[in-house]
Amino acid sequence: MDMAQNGTSVSIQDLSLNFGAVSVLKTLNLDVAQGEFVVLLGPSGCGKSTLLNCVAGLLDISEGRIFIKGKNVTWEEPKDRGIGMVFQSYALYPQMTVEKNLSFGLRVAGLPRDEIVKRIARAAEILQIEPLLQRKPSALSGGQRQRVAIGRALVRDVDVFLFDEPLSNLDAKLRSELRVEIKLLHRKLQNTMIYVTHDQIEAMTLADRIAVMKGGVIQQLDAPQTIYNRPVNRFVAGFLGSPAMNFVEGRLEKHGDGWSFVAEDLKIPLGTYQFDGQPEAGPAVFGIRPEHVSLNSGTGWPFSTSANVEVVEPMGSDTLVWLKLAQQKFSVRVTSERTPQNDEAVTLGFDPMRASLFDAETGGRI
Amino acid sequence: MTAAQITAIQPVQDAQDQTGVAPFGPKPRHVSPGRIGIYVFLVIAALFFLIPVYIMIVTSLKGMPEIRLGHLFSLPAEPTFQPWADAWLHACTGRDCNGLSPGFYNSLKITVPSVIISIICASINGYALTFWPYKGANLLFGLLVFGAFVPYQVVIYPLIIGLSSVGLFATLPGIIIVHTIFGMPILTLLFRNFYAALPVELFKAARVDGAGFWRIFFSIMLPMSVPITVVAIILQVTGIWNDFLFGIVFAGRSNWPMTVQLNNIVNTTTGVREYNVNMAATILTAAVPLIIYFVSGRWFVRGIAAGAVKG
Ligand SMILES: Nc1ncnc2c1ncn2[C@@H]1O[C@H](COP(=O)(O)OP(=O)(O)O)[C@@H](O)[C@H]1O
Ligand SMILES: [Mg+2]
Repeated sequence: MDMAQNGTSVSIQDLSLNFGAVSVLKTLNLDVAQGEFVVLLGPSGCGKSTLLNCVAGLLDISEGRIFIKGKNVTWEEPKDRGIGMVFQSYALYPQMTVEKNLSFGLRVAGLPRDEIVKRIARAAEILQIEPLLQRKPSALSGGQRQRVAIGRALVRDVDVFLFDEPLSNLDAKLRSELRVEIKLLHRKLQNTMIYVTHDQIEAMTLADRIAVMKGGVIQQLDAPQTIYNRPVNRFVAGFLGSPAMNFVEGRLEKHGDGWSFVAEDLKIPLGTYQFDGQPEAGPAVFGIRPEHVSLNSGTGWPFSTSANVEVVEPMGSDTLVWLKLAQQKFSVRVTSERTPQNDEAVTLGFDPMRASLFDAETGGRI
Repeated sequence: MTAAQITAIQPVQDAQDQTGVAPFGPKPRHVSPGRIGIYVFLVIAALFFLIPVYIMIVTSLKGMPEIRLGHLFSLPAEPTFQPWADAWLHACTGRDCNGLSPGFYNSLKITVPSVIISIICASINGYALTFWPYKGANLLFGLLVFGAFVPYQVVIYPLIIGLSSVGLFATLPGIIIVHTIFGMPILTLLFRNFYAALPVELFKAARVDGAGFWRIFFSIMLPMSVPITVVAIILQVTGIWNDFLFGIVFAGRSNWPMTVQLNNIVNTTTGVREYNVNMAATILTAAVPLIIYFVSGRWFVRGIAAGAVKG
């Protein structure tokens, strides 16, 4: 089986991992294409780091196998897998200078002196850390430390980069700066990257594909836009998007030859909604993102209704308007110029095409 | 402006304390009775421990006639260092009159290798237990912790038999082995806890960099272990230097450490009891741990507090 040929860089097959009696990863499958940027996204404790550690060879897996560049590396040592890893806590060797930190792996591998010098120079140039080479990690800022940590993976000239929440310890401004840098780095190097985060913005901005995880199971693996627009279940829908998607609980009913979503006096015709399969009448959850609802913009919408504003939350460029739909909390995102007053009566309209319907019981997309 | 508006703008009224001063700037400090009590207690405790030290020092500097006067607290009228020289070179234990100095060198010969070997073993143990968990590692660790609480007397006899059977009983290597073994539980605990407090990512990063067991230990872990090693050295040097029981049992007559020799000098039954020499000998024996404490007290605290390593 030659997987490098068909462009697969990392292939995880039926991977399971148990800590004692606790099953953390459950028969997980994931193929990452050559040069692809895949983000593992999920709440804390869902097994993202565990999965990454398995790929790196830092944890012994319980079941399954792992291929990197077509080679079965299931039993290989981390250093023989062609991977570099960047950790949340930077994990720089505190007693070594930046230069020694970068060269450690190369010295262990016994590379010739001039080759080491060359590689460090290249990495330092790419990451713009040349002036820091003789400093100890304790004399660096958080952003600089993480740059050095990335450099440590860079000098090893590996096929696959593994990032475990590399930006989580940085403040918001640095985080967005380094995010862009990582994206640029990926464009420049064109190598495979698997990136763990619980931050949906990082996931959305960086990923070619996002794997949303929950409880050790990949819920959905798709392009960011697909995951955003057509989440496969209620968990994915609620996890992505800030402010979060609105959920209205009610029933799916058939009226004549068209389907509608009904909750109390609210009745949303679903003429434009694309069902995943054959819908069935019964309890359901209607989800729509705050930015897909329009406020006071006429009646040209497939669906419109009126409500009273309860609370207004200004967020800078936008404002989040909270109101009630069928006695359930509902938010609408408007530009700040169009902010309504508290208690103002407003009309809201949207196209059910942009909505997501979920089974009330299983949470799966209908 | 109405009164309601004023309170709305200035809702926080300056609270005035009994002296009528509005709170501003640093809070004034009051000396509370509790604090005075603590200081009184500390001074008394310090005196309690310092008075015997004072008596020892002044007595060691007096001649025997002056001591016989019985003025325990008085400063020496004619200070003399003769008792110190006698204690070091001429004090008698039974028939030998070579003073304490042979004991000092014996203690050095016992302490230095024991400290070095036990710390090397314990740091490797702690490192392996923390980062390379093998089957039964937890059991081993549990046994070690248990070992820290085993009373020495229980194992002395089996150890004598064991060491005799390999011909190491009453030899220098024998006593070094005994000290190494008995230092192992507490030292391993110390190093394991130190390593367990390090971020495990450090270890993982080194694995990804291709370093193995020894490379990670020597290149990454050992350079970070300075504070805890200092603590271990202090613990071991004072413990082994002050040891009497193992020394008298396992070292053999020719290797008796300073403590044993001190005991023999002080308890010698022949001739006059030379209090000044005894005092000098005692201070000399206690000098090494004392110096260690004074020199490294700062390090000790720092090492104990160095659980979390930044960076
Ligand atoms: N060494 C371990 N022993 C036992 N359980 C562990 C260990 N490491 C992680 N876990 C458990 O596995 C689950 C997944 O952890 P992790 O992969 O670190 O989550 P994430 O990185 O997604 O936050 C958690 O519930 C955690 O408690
Ligand atoms: Mg994690």
